[in-house]
Amino acid sequence: MALDPGDEIGPLKVTPDKYLTIRYAGASGDFNPIHVDDEFAKQVGLPGKILHGLYSMAQVARAQTDAGGGPEALRRLSVQFRGMGLPEHELTVTGTVREVDEGVAIIDASCEQDGKLIIRNAEARVRVS
Amino acid sequence: MAANTDAIGKTYAPTNYAVGREKVREYARAVGETKPLYLDVEAARAAGHDDVVAPPMFAVVYSFPSVMPVFFDPELGIDFSRLVHGGQEFEWGPLVVAGDEISTTLTVADISTRGRNSFFVFETTSTNERGETVCVGRWTNIVRGGS
Repeated sequence: MALDPGDEIGPLKVTPDKYLTIRYAGASGDFNPIHVDDEFAKQVGLPGKILHGLYSMAQVARAQTDAGGGPEALRRLSVQFRGMGLPEHELTVTGTVREVDEGVAIIDASCEQDGKLIIRNAEARVRVS
Repeated sequence: MAANTDAIGKTYAPTNYAVGREKVREYARAVGETKPLYLDVEAARAAGHDDVVAPPMFAVVYSFPSVMPVFFDPELGIDFSRLVHGGQEFEWGPLVVAGDEISTTLTVADISTRGRNSFFVFETTSTNERGETVCVGRWTNIVRGGS
């Protein structure tokens, strides 16, 4: 799939439903109570159960594999987690191709929710040829 | 309090993970993947794979059994209640499909202190039954400083 410097990736938009964190906990094996138990999350000062960072990262990854044409295209992805994501609020993943070098596009990406970045400085390497 | 850096370089015994078809489908559905390659055996075979393909971020699933116990290793002294996931990096090799047997080894790559926070960086290397490296992960964990 052709990707050129300056090309935009996404936006990929997804609104995790109220029970998503429970399904993701089961699928991933990460049952940290801050993700599955509202009461516990509030006790430790959070607004309620929060999204797994790796779920949000999976949305960033999905935007890359969609842009690259399949899972084999995604060679590398690094992210920094900031703040926290909440269920029932829309996530938006965007990205821009910074450069293409020897058939690999380097893409700067991020994921925001309610106008705040929850993943920043994401960098993907996506094979384009 | 500065974190004890003695455990830098410590490597743990490998964990093994058998990739199941329904687990791949469960994971794919949970993260909103809709490509038939991840969900439909016939579509995956038509595309030349032995079985359904794991989305790249399924690396979390087969690596996690290696990561979780390290949070509770007394030698590292991580306060789990103050732990936040600061950053994550994955680099992928060949695709993983249902039926693969993945072995993951974890090494403590770095421990440092900045201000009141301690940083624990783990590196995981996952190989399939043919000895190919399917994923290298770098997990940055932050233990927020207390009073």
